[in-house]
Amino acid sequence: MVRPDMTKPSLRPDQTGWLIAAAGLSLAPHASHLPLAISALCLLLLLWRGLLNHRGAPLPSRSLLLLIVAVMASLVLLEFRHFFGKDPGIALLAGLLSLKLLETRSPRDGRAVLLLSFFMQLGQFLYQQHMGIAALALMGTLAAVGAMLALQGRPEPVGQRIRVAGTLVLQGLPLMVVLFVLFPRVPGPLWGLPADAFNRSTGLSDTMTPGDIAHLSESGAIAFRAAFQGASPPPPAERYWRGPVLSRFDGRSWHQGPTTRLSKPAYTPQGPAHSYILTLEPHNQRWLLALDFPASAPERIHTDNFQLLAREPVRERVRLALVSYPQTPVGLQERTVTLSEALTLPPTGNPRTRALGERLRTQVTRPEDIPDHLITFFRQSRLTYTLSPQALGEDDVDSFLFDTRQGFCEHFAGAFVFALRAAGVPARVVTGYQGGELNPVDGTLVVRQSDAHAWTEVWLEGRGWVRIDPTAAAAPRRLEDGLAAALGGEGRIPLLARGDLVWLKALRNQFDALNNRWNQWVLGYNQGRQQEMMAWLGLHQAGWQELAALMSGALGLVMAVLAGWILRNRHKIDPIDRSWLTFCRRLSALGFPRQSWEGPIEYTRRVSTLRADLADPVLAIGTGYALLRYGQNPADHALLHRFHQSVKRFRPR
Amino acid sequence: MRAARSPRRILERWLFRVGDPEPSPVQLGQRRIFVLPTSFGLALGASLLVMLLASINYNLSLGFALTFLIAGTAWVSIHHAFRTLIHLGVRAGRSPAVFLGEAAVFSVILDNPADRHRRGLQLWPTGSPSPEETFDLSPDTTQVIKITVATHSRGWLQLPRLTLESRYPLGLIRAWSLFQPELRCLVYPALEQHSPSLPFGDGPRPGDRGRQGGTDDFAGLRHHQPADSPRHIAWKAVARGAPWQTKEFEGHSARVIWLDWNTLPPSMDVETRLSRLARWVVEAERAGVDYGLRLPGSSHPPGQGEPHRHACLKMLALHGSPGHD
Repeated sequence: MVRPDMTKPSLRPDQTGWLIAAAGLSLAPHASHLPLAISALCLLLLLWRGLLNHRGAPLPSRSLLLLIVAVMASLVLLEFRHFFGKDPGIALLAGLLSLKLLETRSPRDGRAVLLLSFFMQLGQFLYQQHMGIAALALMGTLAAVGAMLALQGRPEPVGQRIRVAGTLVLQGLPLMVVLFVLFPRVPGPLWGLPADAFNRSTGLSDTMTPGDIAHLSESGAIAFRAAFQGASPPPPAERYWRGPVLSRFDGRSWHQGPTTRLSKPAYTPQGPAHSYILTLEPHNQRWLLALDFPASAPERIHTDNFQLLAREPVRERVRLALVSYPQTPVGLQERTVTLSEALTLPPTGNPRTRALGERLRTQVTRPEDIPDHLITFFRQSRLTYTLSPQALGEDDVDSFLFDTRQGFCEHFAGAFVFALRAAGVPARVVTGYQGGELNPVDGTLVVRQSDAHAWTEVWLEGRGWVRIDPTAAAAPRRLEDGLAAALGGEGRIPLLARGDLVWLKALRNQFDALNNRWNQWVLGYNQGRQQEMMAWLGLHQAGWQELAALMSGALGLVMAVLAGWILRNRHKIDPIDRSWLTFCRRLSALGFPRQSWEGPIEYTRRVSTLRADLADPVLAIGTGYALLRYGQNPADHALLHRFHQSVKRFRPR
Repeated sequence: MRAARSPRRILERWLFRVGDPEPSPVQLGQRRIFVLPTSFGLALGASLLVMLLASINYNLSLGFALTFLIAGTAWVSIHHAFRTLIHLGVRAGRSPAVFLGEAAVFSVILDNPADRHRRGLQLWPTGSPSPEETFDLSPDTTQVIKITVATHSRGWLQLPRLTLESRYPLGLIRAWSLFQPELRCLVYPALEQHSPSLPFGDGPRPGDRGRQGGTDDFAGLRHHQPADSPRHIAWKAVARGAPWQTKEFEGHSARVIWLDWNTLPPSMDVETRLSRLARWVVEAERAGVDYGLRLPGSSHPPGQGEPHRHACLKMLALHGSPGHD
């Protein structure tokens, strides 16, 4: 439906005002992550537009706008060095929205501004999704709805407009709740994420410093998926997905040692096989995170420390058909250079752990028993597994093992390897992912960044490299039930542990609890939660078909209510008339219907002559109605009350 | 546009259940109201789809919430748009006659029996560009809307099919209804631009009485005859109780003019003849002479005054049309 629209009406000031408000509210939360210069420029442009609108001044010329576009583009380029990816994209979009307002002349331009605002509101959720942001987004939506109303209707006072917009949004709320709860959730992503999505933290790196994996674990992004063919996937305790093997320690961080590339695996696969399709999300690195230990995979590179690598960094989603043999013995004949590197420690540092190693070396006769003794030591030390350990001292390993006794998997693995090396047992850190969550709908195993893990490999004579996961010593549930179970209800920040601020602490706890609910039920409302919800409703193992059916039913219900509201066409009847009509109905039931030409006085007079027994109340009501309707003082409360009462009591037989 | 008219009409008939002009009042029930998204609505729909995909991909729970909230609000606006039109009443008003070439103005009366505002309404002939301006109906009110239609031929002009539309509240949804109340406007023939002056010359023939009843200068009183024009009766005298008398006037125009189709040059075509006669009718009325009209097959006796003028012009307007009434 295209109509010639030659004379585009210009916008009224109130319409422009609403547009500025909607754009401003959508842009405001982005100030927390946008470069300062761009935030300032956006604010300046918005203020400028507001000023022009206030004064009714003409909009700036096209050439000036082009100049501002150039300035903005160079600011983005200066800050990010390129235009691609999430951050520069959002920055550009923010600038464009502010600029678009400066050339918004017609309602059509205004609508484009609103669509851009909605995108900006969505964009801020890439960075933060806490409750304040949600409230701000709600206000932004309200302002955008107000702007749509302003574009469509006549000028109205702001309060009135907000009320109407609020009513609309409130009426839309039931639909929103139904869709939010019942829209079938699939574990994303549907396609590759930009390399810089989620704070550039989508994956392991080739070094490991305490805190790295803990940081990575806060991301719920999917690392890869594995669809096991035929049999069920291996038990959780066997799900070790190998990433970089770190054998060098510089006193603080673990690094990869030199590796040799092989065209075939350095072992002979044995034991039960698991074949699966691994769908790897791009992480811009070369490791392929195969389940230990993959059989020969053509076109891929094997290394002497049992990794599987791609020839190029993985920059887009890849699918790999792999077969793994978890129980294969590996590294039975290891080269001495590898073993000696697996024994190397920095010359100084962590004296207490070194002493522990020495003690183990002297006390334990057989070297292959040393790891077990060390595990026992770990267990007896009551180490706590936590995402947010206390800050470590100068000697990381010592202070973890003997002072703070709080750490995440990288602390456990690093300390374990350090102690073993001190005891003369070759050992190294292996990073990768552990576990994964089985998606009941399609049966794939979904492995997320929060499954990132670090464990150890110990070389024992006659057994080769043996995997030992020291984290399991402190938090056995990490292996079986995943990270969240192992951490329990731990608060992220051990803040305000002081005893003198009880009320503040209580407040903080309340807020934390609320936040936790928010995180669990709103932000964390995923497929699993949806399944729980369905189970709670008595619908176990609901697939997307059941969900879709339920959603349609609920939507139909909401819409039926809305439709009923539309078609309701009740006239408001004045209470006096209602009483009078009741009275007439009752007389009519007795056989005295009111004739259309009869006024109240004539009618009641006629009835009173026919039914002398009813004469008093009938005449009183007739006179009362005539007085209330046509009399001098229609607002006579006493009369009104008397009239209603006498009609109510009038029940002739 | 014209070529597509016929199949389009058939489609409209079938789809929108519109047929011949309907007697007033027309009630807009739910079957007569149609809703479709506007281009803005479609754009928002596409944007919401993109936002939904992004929410799925990035697993943005609040993204889902935002997308669904906007979608819910947009959906509610469908109901609001529907509610703007439903249970409105449409009645035909007046449509004064016009000359061909002038715009016909039809009055259409909209009744809002409900106790709520109806906002952002537009009413215009279906197929022509919609007006920029919108109007609102207050609760329990009646409003007269003037529909202006260009005239292209003389005779009866039926009020064209009308579109009543509202995009209130959000501009995402267009709710409309089509109807055609029974209302006709008479279109007189076009007035000839440079017509010769009134044909006085043919009027008085030799042998007529030298004096004929004109209207310019008072010449005296005579006895009343039943055929005399009421406006020439000496009402003051009647009011005093005197016998009925008729005022006599004298002047150069004091005669009857016959506006006769047959006196026009034979080379003139029908429409030009009608245009000239229409012009003469208007001028004769203005000049205040009695005039009669003769057309092939019909004629109108001499007279003057607004009803007489209308009768003559109507005769011209409907000349040649079958069963004119």
